[in-house]
Amino acid sequence: MAEKSCTYSLPIGPIHPALHEPFLFQFQIDGERIKKVDLIGGKVHRGIEWMGMRRNPIQVIYVAERICGICSCSHAFTYCRAVEDAADIDVPERAQYIRAIIAELERMHSHLLWAGVAAHEIGFDSLLYYTWRAREGVMDLLELISGNRVNYGMLMIGGVRRDLSDETLSKIKDAMDRFDPVADKLIYLFLEDKTVKLRTQDVGILSFNDAIKLCALGPTARASGVRKDVRQDQPYCAYADLEIRAITPENFDKETVGDVYDKTLVRLLEVKQSIGIIKQCVDSLPSGDLLAEPKLVKILATLKKVNNEGLGRVEAPRGELVHWVRLQESTNLRAWKARSPTYNNVLPWQPMLIGEQIADIPIVAASTDPCFSCLDRAVVTKNGKSEIITGEELHRLSLEKTRRLKKWG
Amino acid sequence: MGLEFFLFSILFVFLTMGLGLVVALFIRGIDRKLTAHMQARIGPPLRQPFLDIGKLFGKDTIIPENSIPWLYNLAPIACFASAATLLFYIPLGSLDSVLAGRGDLVLLTYLLLLPSLALTLGGFASGSPYATVGAQREMVTMVSYEFPIIIGVVALAWQMTMLFPFDPNLYAFSLSAFSAHLVWAEVGLFGWVGLALILFVFLLVTTGELAKVPFDVGEAETEIAGGLLAEYSGRNLALFYLGDCIKAVAMGGIIVAIFFPFNLSPLLSISGLQANAVDLLFFFVKIIIVLFFSLMLIRVGVARLKINQVVDVQWFTFSLICIMGLLLVWVDPWLSPVLGILGG
Repeated sequence: MAEKSCTYSLPIGPIHPALHEPFLFQFQIDGERIKKVDLIGGKVHRGIEWMGMRRNPIQVIYVAERICGICSCSHAFTYCRAVEDAADIDVPERAQYIRAIIAELERMHSHLLWAGVAAHEIGFDSLLYYTWRAREGVMDLLELISGNRVNYGMLMIGGVRRDLSDETLSKIKDAMDRFDPVADKLIYLFLEDKTVKLRTQDVGILSFNDAIKLCALGPTARASGVRKDVRQDQPYCAYADLEIRAITPENFDKETVGDVYDKTLVRLLEVKQSIGIIKQCVDSLPSGDLLAEPKLVKILATLKKVNNEGLGRVEAPRGELVHWVRLQESTNLRAWKARSPTYNNVLPWQPMLIGEQIADIPIVAASTDPCFSCLDRAVVTKNGKSEIITGEELHRLSLEKTRRLKKWG
Repeated sequence: MGLEFFLFSILFVFLTMGLGLVVALFIRGIDRKLTAHMQARIGPPLRQPFLDIGKLFGKDTIIPENSIPWLYNLAPIACFASAATLLFYIPLGSLDSVLAGRGDLVLLTYLLLLPSLALTLGGFASGSPYATVGAQREMVTMVSYEFPIIIGVVALAWQMTMLFPFDPNLYAFSLSAFSAHLVWAEVGLFGWVGLALILFVFLLVTTGELAKVPFDVGEAETEIAGGLLAEYSGRNLALFYLGDCIKAVAMGGIIVAIFFPFNLSPLLSISGLQANAVDLLFFFVKIIIVLFFSLMLIRVGVARLKINQVVDVQWFTFSLICIMGLLLVWVDPWLSPVLGILGG
């Protein structure tokens, strides 16, 4: 008898309680099993790069910060590094350390936020509240440092905008000491709880080969055993002094599977790692200037004379973040491009989702910690209808754009 | 008998129903408050479920275009009605229920299934893929929790007939048999362990019966957006909500009536209407305690299971525990006296 296939389509998104931002997964389901999945983005495109290209380089820092509400500092950080790269600006050592402290605090709160969301996706709400209560402590610390909880406004081209007083530093240290046991408790809860294990082990597996082939980034790749971390591979700012090692499940003496459990493990261990980095940075914070050039007008004047392009790379909580800028002797940026880690982590969803159950969709989709407002860099709409560009069309458009850019240069 | 009895019954039905509704919503309020506190939240005020119901009844009821309207609208009513019927069979403290003697545990087991069945029908009728997935899951869950419940019920009735083989008035499956003879008091050690196992499974199955975490696969908010209830709104949703609240009380009531049919009035040596009132209050307190262990404590401590895991746990593990309970109850009359002799 011929095997009968009776699949039905199930859309998850663009608006769905499992997704915290708009994205569309178009599933073909057989019973409870996923047979096929189509990933359709472009639902939250805001034209931020276009906005940035109509502003001067300092104004763009604040636009960059608003690309994402979680890794806001990472975007500003990466953008600043790209501009500094283009204009050859050296950042003072103290500023580099403060940048690292902020970036690590951000990693902590981002990973804790993720862990809470993951707990919610599998219906374990008590764990969500527990995790987010811990996260609140980190948010308070960020507020103490910068006066803001979400967009810290700490970064400036050539340094940072606010100093850390001795009092603040001792408070950060105290908080980190208090936080150590909380992180241990969270690791215990997420890794030892039986029902959490039932939902996360052997679910949404991304193999080592797939992770390499599909260019997965950040904790998603590290959970599959790929030792890839910008802080380790090309140490920037204070990380060069700290000898960071990328964390994989092997750090926990565990065989690497690449499932959701491993991704949780990697993220929670990174929270521990961040605590260590912050403590180290606070202890060895050098004295000195905060900015390469304290007068903003002067920075702008310097940047106006630059005719160069710059690339910035930072290990954001979700993986490697890349910003590219083009400065061309003008008040505004000539071109600006942000490539978020979520962009690379979209394709790994295919091997992770196919063959799993409907019940696994939320936790597997969440396991790469997707950020669609970071991801959505382009959407084509015509007469109110959005279109999908084919590969050839995109190639043609890219060639045209390159030719246009060459004419400017 | 006659007209007077008929009118009295009608009055009693309405009283039971009104009281049941108020208590069910009140217990839901307690449930939400306690759960919130266990999760380090403040939680809504106790009257929140009343406000929710009031608001839902005031809202528009939306009927999806590709639904089957008559079935879609009938399902909530069927769910509420079948859940409310449950109330008429459960003895309220020292008061006999309205329909006492007209139904037994087997009937109750099936009545308990009806609200879920109505939910499933409503889910299929709403024409949404989420609701369809939810309805399929709910059907599978229903099948899987029914088996352990039936085994437990059979074990309990069997024990009754074994203990009182010559009592002509005893009908083993009726709830009044359990209030007349306390199950715990008249068994030996083995029977006691067996009963404890059955009680344990009944407490856990309540969570499945009421579709709460970890067995809330049919609704699974983060997976299928509320599943069965995805399309429901307004009055229809309010009826489902009421049905769910009443079912929780009924399930708690059945467990109380079987395993803890104690009354306070003999202890306080009061009688008459006063005694009935005290017993009724005590009955509700017992329900809250039972629901605390079966519903709230489990719900805050675990993650949601997947449908295959639900079936594994309910169909295999729970049934196995219930069968063990059944066996222990069965061997009790022979083995426990032996144990007593050995011990003595």
